[in-house]
Amino acid sequence: MEYTEIMVRYGELSTKGKNRRNFIDRLHGNVEKVLYKYPDLRIHPKRDRMHIILNGTDATTIMNHLKVIFGIQNFSPSIRIDKDLTAIKELAFQLVLEQYQPGKTFKITTKRADHQFEYDTNQINLAVGDYVSDNIPDIQAEMRQPDIKIQVEIRQDGAYLSSKTFKGAGGLPVGTAGKAELMLSGGIDSPVAGYLAMKRGVDIEMVHFYSPPYTSEHALQKAKDLTVKLAKYAGNIQFIQVPFTEIQETIKQNVPEGYLMTIQRRFMLRLTDAIRQQRQALAIFNGEAVGQVASQTLESMVAINDVTTTPILRPVATMDKTDIIKIAEKIDTFDLSIKPFEDCCTIFAPPRPKTKPRVDKAQQFEAQLDVAGLMERALKEIEVTNITPFDSYLAPVDEQISSLL
Amino acid sequence: MIYFDNSATTKITPAVLETYDKVSQEFWGNPSSLHRLGDKADQILESARNQIATILHCRPEEIYFTSSGSEGDNWVLKGTALEKSTFGKHIVTSSIEHPAVTNSLQQLEKLGFEVTYLPVDKTGHINPMDVKEAIRPDTILVSIMAVNNEVGAIQPLQQIATILQNYPNIHFHVDAVQAIGKNLGEQIFDPRIDFMTFSGHKFHAPRGVGFIYAKQGRKIAPLINGGGQENNWRSSTENVPAIVAMAKALRVATTDEINKAQQQQELRHMLLQHLKTLANVAIFSQETPDFAPHIVCFAINGVRGETIVHAFEQYDIYLSTTSACSSKKGTKSITLKAMHVPDKIATSAIRVSLDETNTVEEMQEFIATLDKIYQHFQVLN
Repeated sequence: MEYTEIMVRYGELSTKGKNRRNFIDRLHGNVEKVLYKYPDLRIHPKRDRMHIILNGTDATTIMNHLKVIFGIQNFSPSIRIDKDLTAIKELAFQLVLEQYQPGKTFKITTKRADHQFEYDTNQINLAVGDYVSDNIPDIQAEMRQPDIKIQVEIRQDGAYLSSKTFKGAGGLPVGTAGKAELMLSGGIDSPVAGYLAMKRGVDIEMVHFYSPPYTSEHALQKAKDLTVKLAKYAGNIQFIQVPFTEIQETIKQNVPEGYLMTIQRRFMLRLTDAIRQQRQALAIFNGEAVGQVASQTLESMVAINDVTTTPILRPVATMDKTDIIKIAEKIDTFDLSIKPFEDCCTIFAPPRPKTKPRVDKAQQFEAQLDVAGLMERALKEIEVTNITPFDSYLAPVDEQISSLL
Repeated sequence: MIYFDNSATTKITPAVLETYDKVSQEFWGNPSSLHRLGDKADQILESARNQIATILHCRPEEIYFTSSGSEGDNWVLKGTALEKSTFGKHIVTSSIEHPAVTNSLQQLEKLGFEVTYLPVDKTGHINPMDVKEAIRPDTILVSIMAVNNEVGAIQPLQQIATILQNYPNIHFHVDAVQAIGKNLGEQIFDPRIDFMTFSGHKFHAPRGVGFIYAKQGRKIAPLINGGGQENNWRSSTENVPAIVAMAKALRVATTDEINKAQQQQELRHMLLQHLKTLANVAIFSQETPDFAPHIVCFAINGVRGETIVHAFEQYDIYLSTTSACSSKKGTKSITLKAMHVPDKIATSAIRVSLDETNTVEEMQEFIATLDKIYQHFQVLN
């Protein structure tokens, strides 16, 4: 079947009262960002649904993009034909036939927006249902739980028929909950935390620390590729890379081994908070899970969290590693996360980090460092990259390569 | 010049050579090196692998680069033997395989493996039921070529695949060296096939490069151990320029494949129609769908094949006795022997093998020359 449009039904936003328009506008914007590569599409966000007119673009391709956009409850590919009852009957029959196997039941549901149309809802239901029954003698109609559900919509510009409904990603449109910074390392947990934040409508920006030459170019590319994987949920994501070499070297020279990790993390959080302030974001997300490693004991969290009062949200805080991995696999970040490039969390990792660091000690060790100067120099060198779902960093097939192939 | 010996080798395409040249100058790092130059070489290597996998509708991890079709055949056969000898030592093949297969298996026989060589009918095809009958509890491998290199017979791979569905532990290998770019996809690809061998220079890539397909989940022992390249299956610093050139050649060969095969079919038709008018000619290739479009094998009774090859050479026309590999050694055609063609006729056999660069004009000139040569030898006889 050659589909002519995709009808998108909104998710939780139906319940959001006055803010409805904002939510729909944001979802519209997100859908446009994700689909900008398809110039023939026309997107019409209406009050209760969004219509995406395909104009010849492949429906399956577009539906694959829609599947991951938060704020969409479900969607149906549909076919537009002239408002002619004979044609409607025939198309409905074809759509039933596509899915029919002996024993399956069906139902015709009609909605009539064009009240000028000569038949009313019941008449259309009956006429179309009869036609299907006449042509498939063994088929039964079933009102409550039909196997095959054909939806007929009579609108001003034509009749729209659909037979399949696909589940959307749910959640809230990215951006409706405001902006936050995500501390993205390159491991398994932080991309999952980012995904969960976006699912609740948070517009995230990635903050990634890198320490050349201790970390390779690959580690940075890997973090960017993880961002590519998440960008499909938002259309695009800002990736902020923060140089961390000088800070790490300074800490290594001046701080006792047991506190290396704690002080490093305090710097990371301070830098992230400074970036948050500069970029007018509201909160900080990270991938910490309670008790997973030395830096993620409650004592460590207290010692690290000490540097800011900004809300720090930890979506995977109470999840088991296996459950985090399940989500990482679902969002296709797992294989990338386990690529073994050293990142700045693992270099200078002391063999015996304190699992119960004390806040006063951390403050005392830090007092010997030029915290302000170190921060200022790192912040001066940050680089911001706009990342889209179509980018590729670890193995970009550049133009030269494709011309040679 | 008329070149009708494309099953022996093909001429490298200028654009493919250009790719080879550029890659060897600009991507010369070792793909295993950690630095940027290594990365760049690794990237183009993996892009080439991806391209080949896309064309063959498989996964990039299922493509392993080799140095030739012969290496591919040797590797799959001996690699299977090494990997699976604890499960059994019996191998099934046909009696018309390329020497890379036959001689590898003879070597394995010396090591205690048993090989069943299946017969072919008079058209050069094996009977799939013979495969079924040959299978024993200790059979570990069935190796059957896709397109016979001497007469062009396409083997019934789909039927064999169906039979082997019931024997999921047996490795099914197909030597597909002669089958690329001839629009034979539907006949030679089947999900049951575990391994396939390909060779670059048969489709206008450089010499010294080929690849095998190895289905995910199937395992063969490596024959070349070393630095762990090719997923630790086939060590050796990768021949990046040749591999990339081959990926390009494969793309070119499979673009517009239907029309190219059609054109070769038409040339074959012209030649076969004419051969049928010559009383003293025996024809071994047919126009039925179970023959590849590019090979015509025939014999002028009473004249040795090599004499005919040299006679054509005087007119700047190039063809072969049955296969390039056996022609210099004067050994007779393996395939014709298996087809029970009498020795006297088999030694007269010659092979015309076409590709998409050949034209109607060339075929007309070839036929006119054939007539001259034919007449000449008729008078002598």
